[in-house]
Amino acid sequence: MALSHDWRRVRAIAWKDLTTERRSKAGFNGVVALGVTILLLFGFAMGPDTQAIRDAAAGALWLAALFSAVLAFNRSYQVELEGGALDALLLYPGARWTIFAGKLLANLAFVGLMLVIVVLVGIVLFQVTVPPSWPLLVGVLALGATGICTLGTFYASMASRSRAREVLLPLLLFPMLVPALLASMQATKALLGGDLMHEADAWIKLLGAYDIIFLVATHLAFEHVIEA
Amino acid sequence: MAQPTSELAIDATGVARRFGTRWVLRGVSMQVRAGEAVGLLGANGSGKSTLLRIFGTLLRPSAGAVQVFGHDVATAADRVRTMLGFLAHTPGLYDDLTARENLRFAAAMLGLEGAHDAAANAALDRVGLSHASDERVRGFSAGMERRLAVARMLLARPRLLLLDEPYSNLDADGIAMMSEIISGVVRGGGAAVVVLHELAPAAGILDRTVTLREGRI
Repeated sequence: MALSHDWRRVRAIAWKDLTTERRSKAGFNGVVALGVTILLLFGFAMGPDTQAIRDAAAGALWLAALFSAVLAFNRSYQVELEGGALDALLLYPGARWTIFAGKLLANLAFVGLMLVIVVLVGIVLFQVTVPPSWPLLVGVLALGATGICTLGTFYASMASRSRAREVLLPLLLFPMLVPALLASMQATKALLGGDLMHEADAWIKLLGAYDIIFLVATHLAFEHVIEA
Repeated sequence: MAQPTSELAIDATGVARRFGTRWVLRGVSMQVRAGEAVGLLGANGSGKSTLLRIFGTLLRPSAGAVQVFGHDVATAADRVRTMLGFLAHTPGLYDDLTARENLRFAAAMLGLEGAHDAAANAALDRVGLSHASDERVRGFSAGMERRLAVARMLLARPRLLLLDEPYSNLDADGIAMMSEIISGVVRGGGAAVVVLHELAPAAGILDRTVTLREGRI
């Protein structure tokens, strides 16, 4: 009974965040535009060397996704801060972790959609051949997005009470994301190259462990972060 | 007016709150009985809103203790929240949702099972917003936003109303509606603490007033 009530709260928050985002439009368009622009800039910076561009594709893709996602994380709490909605949200009785889980689900959907667009643009721009093991690549994208969104949603809640939240969020988030980013890049690079050395498996395991640890830790810590 | 009972809706003892090095509340003790409506008065910066937020579990006191209907706001905050109707300065609504969607969201968060639409419609009707139920809040006037925030507060069927300047932005009808809502909750055995700058709109419904000066009563 309590669990089904919690699940309804999670769904309600995710629905509310996605609906407001869909209707405002500016947020998603801006996030995708930034991701594609970063990919383009990487392409220009690498020059005409096709092999160098392909080698850099995985790194460019994940960095573009990360920088764009930070905008999304900031926006997800901006909606709550406008007009004092965060107070109203905190006044509802019930488990605090449901607020975090709802926002995480919405951010995952948002960043996931952005990632799909950025990957498709990256494939064309960097002339990447889609490998036969593409389902595994999709798995890496999902695991990487989960890691980024989990910590991004968590630190955005922490930064939301600060006036300098736009600056504070990347400062808090980026160092913590180094293992996830490294694992995502290496696994993606290995899979795009055919995984001849069977490296991808170890990186995927690391990414999975990272996600589990931080999913649990952030759900447990959220209550202490969001309370004044 | 309702007859206050011996049951304490709020029992605050020595409540203090500090922001940085500045003490906003300096040992406030006050009791509000069930069946009682109390006006909280004071100059700007006297600590009225801070005290209300502590009663409402939105802030923890730096010192002292507060119980709401026998439950401590610090250690049993979730239990306290089930009894509260809190109206803040700002409406706390989502501009890109319609009035009905805002209330359906609130109903889902409150766990009103399977009756979101019915509860939302009844609350909208109560505050006179049925005609605008499918309009986005972004186009609402400040008075309409206030009415919608009241509708959301009523969904929870609160026993204790904590209202921060509830009459602001309301027209004559709205002022009468607000007074009726406060009286209704108090008559039903609940209580109300109403932060006011001007006593006039609420004069007929308050049992007594308390004045805060520089963080003290």
